[in-house]
Amino acid sequence: MTHVLAFEYFPLLTAIKIIVIMAVIPLGSLVFVYVFLFKMMSHMQSRLGPMEAGPHGALQPVVEAIKFLQKEDIFPERADRLVFGLAPFVVLVSTFLLYAVVPAGPRLVVEDLDTGIFFAMAISSVSVIGVLMAGWASANKYALIGGLRAAGQLIAYELPLILAVVGVVIQAGTLSLQGIVHAQADGSMFGVSVIGNPYVFTQIIGFVIFLIAAQAELTQTPFDMPVAESELVAGYMTEYTGFRFLFFFIGEFGTAFAFAALASTLFLGGWYIPGVHGTMADVLGPVALAGKIMALGFLIFWVRFTYPRLREDQLQKFAWKFLIPLSLLNIVGTAILKVVR
Amino acid sequence: MSVTETASEWQKAAYIAGQAADARVNVELEAEGMTLNIGPQHPATHGTLRIVVRLDGEQVLWADPVPGYMHRGYEKLCEVRKYPQITTLVNRIDWLGSFANEVPFILAAEELMGIEAPPRAQYIRTIFFEMARLANITLFLGDMGVQLGALTPVFYAFRDREHVLNMIESATGGRFHPNYDRVGGLKDDLPKGWVAECKEVMHRIRTFCDQMDDLLVGNEVFQTRTRGIGVIPAAVAQDYGLTGANLRASGVDHDLRRDDPNIAMAWKHADFKVWTHPDGDSFARYWVRLQETREATKIIEQLLDGLPAGPIMTKVPRIIKVPEGEAYVQTENPLGIMGYYVVSKGDLGPFRVKIRTPSFNNISIAPWVLRGVYVPDVITILASLYFILGDIDR
Repeated sequence: MTHVLAFEYFPLLTAIKIIVIMAVIPLGSLVFVYVFLFKMMSHMQSRLGPMEAGPHGALQPVVEAIKFLQKEDIFPERADRLVFGLAPFVVLVSTFLLYAVVPAGPRLVVEDLDTGIFFAMAISSVSVIGVLMAGWASANKYALIGGLRAAGQLIAYELPLILAVVGVVIQAGTLSLQGIVHAQADGSMFGVSVIGNPYVFTQIIGFVIFLIAAQAELTQTPFDMPVAESELVAGYMTEYTGFRFLFFFIGEFGTAFAFAALASTLFLGGWYIPGVHGTMADVLGPVALAGKIMALGFLIFWVRFTYPRLREDQLQKFAWKFLIPLSLLNIVGTAILKVVR
Repeated sequence: MSVTETASEWQKAAYIAGQAADARVNVELEAEGMTLNIGPQHPATHGTLRIVVRLDGEQVLWADPVPGYMHRGYEKLCEVRKYPQITTLVNRIDWLGSFANEVPFILAAEELMGIEAPPRAQYIRTIFFEMARLANITLFLGDMGVQLGALTPVFYAFRDREHVLNMIESATGGRFHPNYDRVGGLKDDLPKGWVAECKEVMHRIRTFCDQMDDLLVGNEVFQTRTRGIGVIPAAVAQDYGLTGANLRASGVDHDLRRDDPNIAMAWKHADFKVWTHPDGDSFARYWVRLQETREATKIIEQLLDGLPAGPIMTKVPRIIKVPEGEAYVQTENPLGIMGYYVVSKGDLGPFRVKIRTPSFNNISIAPWVLRGVYVPDVITILASLYFILGDIDR
């Protein structure tokens, strides 16, 4: 009887999954834009931010999105039209796929790949191509410099990001994100297994490196040289208007959302709530995950709104001379402890 | 009819120079490097300064500032206006510290007439001069953060600068352009309760300086971005005629407020320190301005305490006619030394006015200091040299 239930029907299941992904990322980025970009930033800077649309300005992100959709879609005269038009989609696709492997509950996962974290890391690199396409096809010098800066930076920071994850993978013994959550839930710290063993404690170095590298992946201050508005106007986004700019914008905040979700899954225990199992975990799991995402989002954007930005060569130096050796040491330490224990 | 037919020699030269700059930009990809046109419309130029840079990768081979996009012909306009009308005009030169533009011109006119403002007027003039400095430099202290990518400091700067502007407004009636100075004195006396309120504002500005100390000066990223960037040795700074905080940041101890005791202002009655920094880099320029803001608040407090009673206007004829002669008066303005050379033929207005503005000289060092730096440092250096476009082009 069970196999004829609607949820087991493959086309329907796939449709639901696609809808979920298509809903979660724009929704997540809207929430991030409202809570952090509009409200947190404003209150940090002793102002109110948007207050008119909806209660406390809550509908402002929707208004902004509609505004962008109404704008003219301008192609620069000498732009490579095909590449220029495709670039925002490449960035956005990378963002959407990133979220497909993050579990929000024991059964609430779009695609529980055995190599989930591997897939996530690989797919997050695809956005580099989109950025490079945008920078090159715009036929604008600022966009070109911005695109090349972005490519150099994203490649440099991909390494510490992946190496930081390797520590977690060694400790959990699996590449599956669902498996990593279970490993944290079943673990114990010094014999105390009440809250499991969130890897933020044992992998604190990896956690910090992951957050720093994620900041660079998201091209946010102090690593926002690709879009440095005081130098490059808007970097690779300079020539974009209308819904294509909106796509970049959603991509930026959607990726922030996805990286916060990945970090909370890898280091903070994901959807797991101590003492909650079965169907209840499916109901409360997303709430727990959302709470963790917001906490990490606060951290990411707090740094973004406070710090000045580094220079491109200083950033590369920081990645190659400090972050990568440190993450390699972290891997060595984790591996030794894993074998010895 | 082409431009070159009717124009004078220097106009022709300026036109040709502009055309040459355009030509260099329009050449797309030459053998080595890329020409980048920063400005006139660019977020970092706060105004319409245009800088043409030749890049090798991200390194600058040469840089060429092209001023003149905001030329308003103030020197010529001064010739067709009466003396009391000119304060309105010169307010708009350095628009962030506008009262400081009025003072040297009025002092020059007074020198020609052989009169001097009463002591109370001198004190109040000096207080507002320093208020203009606060209004100007607080914005720089925050804006430097924006140029380096930190968004928050500038909002703190606007928040606390607002109080200074409120104080200026409550006494003069104008927030940005007070037009408060008159030949022989001032337009109005201070309103009731102004002194006490002003002291509170000074306290607030010092708190703001402490915040900037925490947010930017103590920040590692800020230090890596500014220390050792755009170093100007003392000799070079003097060669290019740099003045103000830019000169003092190169280690030259020169401040007209202290070094020119003959000027009819009240600085000689205040006790303050002239800060210098030995490094001459962007960080030094920021640091010196931060200390200067603190000193300015102290000067204002001391002058408020010692404010003498008496009239605010000396005896001047109803129609101001300045006798024949010429005078040059310069003061230490927020951006550097500003001077007015006034030539009078005994009319209601001046025969000729030459304005020496600090930003024009301060920006003239750009080709020297920008050579060999990276694109992000171009922005850092320009921000730390701190120019106001109206002050360059006037």
